[in-house]
Amino acid sequence: MSQIQNVIEAQALTKIFGDFKAVNAISFDVKAGEIFGFLGANGAGKTTAIKMLIGLSRPSEGEATVAGYDVYQQTEQIKENIGYMSQKFSLYEDLTVRENINFYGGIYGLSRRQIRQKTSEIIEQLGLENHARKLVGSLPLGWKQRLAFAVAGVHDPKIIFLDEPTGGVDPATRRQFWEMLYAAADRGVTIFVTTHYMDEAEYCDRISIMVAGRIDALGSPRELKQQFSANTMDEVFLKLVRD
Amino acid sequence: MSSIVVDRVSKSYDAVEAVKESQFSVEKGELFGLIGPDGAGKSTLFKMMTTLLIPDTGDILIEGFHTVREYKKIRKIIGYMPGRFSLYQDLSVEENLQFFATIFGTTIQANYHLIEEIYTQIEPFRKRRAGKLSGGMKQKLALCCALIHEPKVLFLDEPTTGVDAVSRAEFWDMLKRLKSKGITIIVSTPYMDEASLCERIALIQTGEILRIDSPENIIHGFDKPLFAVSAQNFYQLLQDLRTQPFTERVEAFGEFLHLTTKEAISTEKIEAFLNFKGHREIEIHPTTATIEDVFLDLI
Repeated sequence: MSQIQNVIEAQALTKIFGDFKAVNAISFDVKAGEIFGFLGANGAGKTTAIKMLIGLSRPSEGEATVAGYDVYQQTEQIKENIGYMSQKFSLYEDLTVRENINFYGGIYGLSRRQIRQKTSEIIEQLGLENHARKLVGSLPLGWKQRLAFAVAGVHDPKIIFLDEPTGGVDPATRRQFWEMLYAAADRGVTIFVTTHYMDEAEYCDRISIMVAGRIDALGSPRELKQQFSANTMDEVFLKLVRD
Repeated sequence: MSSIVVDRVSKSYDAVEAVKESQFSVEKGELFGLIGPDGAGKSTLFKMMTTLLIPDTGDILIEGFHTVREYKKIRKIIGYMPGRFSLYQDLSVEENLQFFATIFGTTIQANYHLIEEIYTQIEPFRKRRAGKLSGGMKQKLALCCALIHEPKVLFLDEPTTGVDAVSRAEFWDMLKRLKSKGITIIVSTPYMDEASLCERIALIQTGEILRIDSPENIIHGFDKPLFAVSAQNFYQLLQDLRTQPFTERVEAFGEFLHLTTKEAISTEKIEAFLNFKGHREIEIHPTTATIEDVFLDLI
């Protein structure tokens, strides 16, 4: 197959709460293996849009498919085919590293054999051999974030959604995390990520920027900088959101 | 007299040394930044400076008052915005402000000039409960509440964490205007790009202060060869450069990689290597360091 397929397609996707359009007819596609940055100011509608895409919130209007499944009719299939990592909730702090992986493997319906295999794979990949029996709560934040990402991919999903995954860690740890994202994208996993770090926006293949419920800009970092005659993504963002 | 003096202060929680022999001072009316990641010890320092935690060893003076022996005097003259949102979620915007003014024996009217600029932005929502505000709005209300008694020293612990780039820029503009009113401000942040907005900064990691100076001097202190490099396949580029003997470190910096080399090397030589590795659309030029380069080099 020469043509790269879209793993997310949204057409005029809309969510209305009362008389407020939280998400106002957004349209975009995300390709397989792409790192797609989903940016916007606080309150622009990002979280509401993500909730519709991952099958947690029913759209008011518009169409969307995720991993080929319809966001109205096939939300269970969507959940089976995506991974999700949020800054607030992901791992159980009072379970060990190994127990967390086992738990999520079970939740996603992996067989015992698959779980065993995945567990050793993840522990080895993250270099956590000597920490597998430690409670997750006792690990440094950067390790937790990398483990949370690995666990979000325990069932080999086509797409992993990440909501501000790198808050609070030092610059070196933040970069190690992004290298995990690159490696996953290199294997063909689609990465859909939100962040407030504008330098991280530059690491994405393409970016969309939401302002007041709409997508006001969409393109590669280079295209957007050209379009807005800006030197950095920070400038692009400020120009868009302040106008 | 300095506004803040931290003299060889240490603090441990059980086996963890959260702050190790920290030492710095902040002048009156200065905008001083504590720059470092989670777990660096920033919040522990803030809690000790604001009299909420007693150091194991060392002394802290705020406007000449000792944080242990004279804590009551200090509490009247400082404003503190903790890292975790600490206003009353079930009180409205207006009620929170009223509450803090009353606690400090003053009125909103008496010091309205200090908060006017910020408060007018959240005034349309004054009847809304604080818990229902957006991140940027909460941050503005918290700043108003920390300012309502006209403090001499303002302590802001990660006021911009998780806040979008526009609100962050606005927040820093407000800090500059407050500084011009003579208030000493000490602020912590994990965003390295905010460091350049302070007059002086302390870089801090795992309880230790690595360097204290103006952002300009800290950047000038970086004397290794540094290049910005990009190519079509970014991930492969990173892998390939990392294996090279001339490479000291290589990291992603926005649309480029920053390559620090062990010794001086020509861009042609690096380019030749990348051509040999089959990279396309190669761009390479020497570049100047940022605070983040210095930080990565120090840790």
